[in-house]
Amino acid sequence: MFDYVWLIPVFPAIGVLINGFLGKRIEKFNKSIVHWVACGAVGLSFLVTCIIFFQMLGLEPEHRFYEFTCFNWISGGVLQTYVAYQIDPLSMLMCMFVTGVGFLIHVYSIGYMAHDEGRYYRFFTYLNLFMFSMINLILANNFLLMFLGWEGVGMCSYLLIGFWFSEEANAVAGKKAFITNRVGDFFFIVGMLVLFCGLGEHGVWSFQFSRVFPNVHLLSPNTVTLVCLLFFAGCTAKSAQIPLYIWLPDAMAGPTPVSALIHAATMVTSGVYMVARSNILYSLSPFAMGVVAVVGALTALFAASIGLAQNDIKKVLAYSTVSQLGYMFLGLGVGAYAAGMFHVLTHSFFKALLFMGAGSVIHAMSGEQDMRLMGGLRKKTPITFITMFIATLAIAGIPGLSGFFSKDEILWQAYSSPHGHFLLWLTGAVAAGMTAFYMFRLIFMTFYNENRAPEDVQHHIHESPKAMTVPLMVLAVLSVIGGYLGVPHALGGSNRFHKFLDPVMGMGPDKIFQKAAGGSLHHVAEGSHVAAHHPSLFMEYLLMAVSVAIALIGIYIAYVMYVKKRDLPEKLAEKFRLLHRMLFNKWYVDELYTLVIIRPFHGISNFFWKIIDVIMIDGMVNGVARVVGWGSSVLRLIQSGYVQCYAVSIIFGTVALLVYYFLKIAG
Amino acid sequence: MDMLEFVVPELDFRAILPQIILAITALTVLLTGVFSREKKGPAIGFLSLAGVALSFSAVVFSGSQTVSSFSGMLTNDSFARFISMIVCVVALLTILISINYRKISPAINSGEYYCLLLFAALGMMFMGSAGNLLMVFVALETMSISIYALAGFQKQREKSIESALKYFLLGAFASGFLLYGFALVYGATGTMDIVKIGRFLNDHPLVVHSPLLLGGVALMTVGFGFKVAMFPFHMWTPDVYEGAPTSVTAFMATGVKAAAFAALIRVFYVALGSLQVDMTQIMWVIALLTMTVGNVVAIAQSNIKRMLAYSSIAHAGYLLVGFVAGGELAISGMLFYLLGYAFMNLGAFGVIALLAKKDGEYTELSDFAGLGFKYPAMGLVMAVFMFSMAGIPPTAGFMGKFYIFTAAINSGFIWLAIFGVINSVISIYYYLRVIVTMYFKEPEQDIVMLTPTGAIILALVIAAAGVLFMGILPSSVLDIARNSTTLIM
Repeated sequence: MFDYVWLIPVFPAIGVLINGFLGKRIEKFNKSIVHWVACGAVGLSFLVTCIIFFQMLGLEPEHRFYEFTCFNWISGGVLQTYVAYQIDPLSMLMCMFVTGVGFLIHVYSIGYMAHDEGRYYRFFTYLNLFMFSMINLILANNFLLMFLGWEGVGMCSYLLIGFWFSEEANAVAGKKAFITNRVGDFFFIVGMLVLFCGLGEHGVWSFQFSRVFPNVHLLSPNTVTLVCLLFFAGCTAKSAQIPLYIWLPDAMAGPTPVSALIHAATMVTSGVYMVARSNILYSLSPFAMGVVAVVGALTALFAASIGLAQNDIKKVLAYSTVSQLGYMFLGLGVGAYAAGMFHVLTHSFFKALLFMGAGSVIHAMSGEQDMRLMGGLRKKTPITFITMFIATLAIAGIPGLSGFFSKDEILWQAYSSPHGHFLLWLTGAVAAGMTAFYMFRLIFMTFYNENRAPEDVQHHIHESPKAMTVPLMVLAVLSVIGGYLGVPHALGGSNRFHKFLDPVMGMGPDKIFQKAAGGSLHHVAEGSHVAAHHPSLFMEYLLMAVSVAIALIGIYIAYVMYVKKRDLPEKLAEKFRLLHRMLFNKWYVDELYTLVIIRPFHGISNFFWKIIDVIMIDGMVNGVARVVGWGSSVLRLIQSGYVQCYAVSIIFGTVALLVYYFLKIAG
Repeated sequence: MDMLEFVVPELDFRAILPQIILAITALTVLLTGVFSREKKGPAIGFLSLAGVALSFSAVVFSGSQTVSSFSGMLTNDSFARFISMIVCVVALLTILISINYRKISPAINSGEYYCLLLFAALGMMFMGSAGNLLMVFVALETMSISIYALAGFQKQREKSIESALKYFLLGAFASGFLLYGFALVYGATGTMDIVKIGRFLNDHPLVVHSPLLLGGVALMTVGFGFKVAMFPFHMWTPDVYEGAPTSVTAFMATGVKAAAFAALIRVFYVALGSLQVDMTQIMWVIALLTMTVGNVVAIAQSNIKRMLAYSSIAHAGYLLVGFVAGGELAISGMLFYLLGYAFMNLGAFGVIALLAKKDGEYTELSDFAGLGFKYPAMGLVMAVFMFSMAGIPPTAGFMGKFYIFTAAINSGFIWLAIFGVINSVISIYYYLRVIVTMYFKEPEQDIVMLTPTGAIILALVIAAAGVLFMGILPSSVLDIARNSTTLIM
């Protein structure tokens, strides 16, 4: 009944073809056709997604699964892979907000990129190509097609980070993102192959989710752990976790709509999506889950701490994104897959809004990104201010806004789930306090006090055009109400979000153990289930109150430091000089990587180049060339052009064949 | 007495409808050429094009039955139909190239040219469906004689004449071996029918190792080996490819190879299946030498047509790897490869044909310097063809090699597959040199491309699209090829 699902990826693909091949001419003829095509394509995708989504809601939860095969893609030996799409609550949820938020950002780009003459079409081509890849990643019903999308979004990310490639820094940032992601992709590929071969040993040769996941219990525990860790290593690059997060802050070199779309709302969450998609696999490996949770929690804290001392408005948001992604992985790692996905959803609203707001600010400030040179924009750009303020409240976890519900659920699960731990909760809570601090620091530095920009910039400060402000307002509304999809039971809600994802996450930790161990463990698991999920309602309220209190304290400190006593930050920086410099310089991680990885790598490359390549390989190649030269001079004698010689060659060949066959008879 | 019995052969004209269409078109074109006053326009070309298209659709819509007709002279199975399709594609693209090439070489814009072309295609089709050794020979000669004449079509160019003469002399020489081989096999088995030979050898294992039969097999190998440019019967290839008009070279390199391989596969698998084990060793060596000689000597070539000639020898070597491997997977891989090779080779020659001019052609590699920037679209498609020949994804060349080498590994010929891959690496050198010359070398002279007509653009687009389609969505074609491996046994 969902046979038209292929329309979702096809619309952006058509957009790519039109703008990619004809864009240059169209732009010369009439610029607005370019963005009408691009936005229209994504808008139509969104529309189809909505139709399918609501059609699916009309079905019973257990029937919300459908696979549509477009065509046979690769077949070779035991491998049969199809281009096929899967419709279930998880994929449709992702698809809804990716196409929806994507559409808003496309519209926003019309305003933001308006001054980019001559490359306008290229920008929209890349954006559409990104949407096409992202949709394939989400809707794929097998790992291989998912990987195609995974690589596709990586490539678009590279192209868009380096969009203004005439400046070297941007090109370098693009390369850094690409190379870092290649490292992760490598692990993803290896993980896929290990899974494929591992299941193949049990006769299941397939990449298809609906064939892989019901059979993962056939795998040995070590294989499962290995696959999970390899997949997660892939995620650390794509979703910017320790240790491969380093590319994301640099990726801010791209145009701001790109930062909002790719590096905040959609692409970077694909790692979370992948883990959530593979939840059955992870549930079988408590060790891998532990790794995911710890890495997530540490990333959340670590990135938040760097965010405290950044002055570039986009850099703050970048580290904030890394930190929030850490939360999502924390949620996944403690088995709260739905909570992780919930945060993906709410985060996509308020973080896209924050980036687009930052873009609007940068637009108003004639390209300035340093917050020390901003201030007082509250009056001149009221819409940007209000919408960004709402998003900041949401990300800070103020009760009633979307971020509160999702973040609080993750923190609660980090404490209460059977995979959770008090330290995980504490790390998350501290990071939440830091988040509240640096986000309000951003608001205060940008919108309050007097403007510190040079005279000529001050004259140009203006509110952005409608194409930019309308998407901001839409997202602001979503940032407020988005959380009510998943109000927890403790606050009198029914957590519809959880129930919605249940068919996909149905194989949660407890159920899978039941299935794997048969009846014997059944009662034990059931018992721990009850015990784990209801330690006490009081505890839940208490932790909620503590995390809100931490957030409020963070906000208050920011208020004191950046509005009331504005000489305080400098004094503190004097006093805690070392700490400040560590934070300001991002814990010197980039320098560390240069020292530990890049330099030795250069050294090895130099060795390979000068010794292996120049002496050995070139020597071999030159040697071969000499042999070939000698050979061809000999052959040229035979290849004389005389027909007689050629005939003689045929005779020789005939004799050789005859001799061979007669020897066969003799032998 | 058997000999007095006269059997009226059952005539199933529907089984040869595609061939009939081609024959009628050929004659029509010939007469049109004689009687029409207008000698310069592309009308004749388009007329032949229509005939081939009609024939193609007759192949496509001829159903999927497996029958033998004309008393076993012809076998209409899915294998034959696949070969017919390749032949139609080859003829189609060749005609499109020729329509443009007439500007360089007005001689080819004549009824005779297209008539010969169509008769050659007719012969190729029959080679794919021949069920009797005599039929194989007749079809082979129909094809060959047409092509001898086509090679010498530029009567005012010495090289063209030389090419035709060499091809004719050596071709006749090789045909003699083939015919002698057929005679010996007939002597050993008492029949010319391919299926019956196979059955006879199955029932009489002693005959399999008789000198009569093995001598016949050796001589047949020579005859077919000559047509597919197998080492050491390949010597004619560079001279003939270089001298012949470029459109004819393209036709030869792809069509003849496909048809000859089709006949080779049918005769050696169906009739001589019992000898498979005995042939393996020598064919293994020949496959290796064919690949290696083709690739190594290609490196030393400065003329692009000669280079492609050696490259075509190398590709014959890859196909022979599939031949050695045997089995369904290998046959489907070879069919896939033949189609992909047709697209990329015709495309490459199509580009070369675009660069030619009246007094001599631009066929030196150095002539390509800087053309990638001067003619971006042309440079791009040429790069696609070169990447495909080198076997770089996502192109037909990559997938074809992948399937063939996989088949070799599955049949236990791991070393042959390894040598095949090493050879592909060697070949990258000279294929990429074309791309490097196009994009990274400064032009030495000012080369002006012919204004491309719609026909050649269409040909290049079809070829490039075919190469990429087979590379990106190989399954769609491979599935057809897989269903085309059922030979009448």
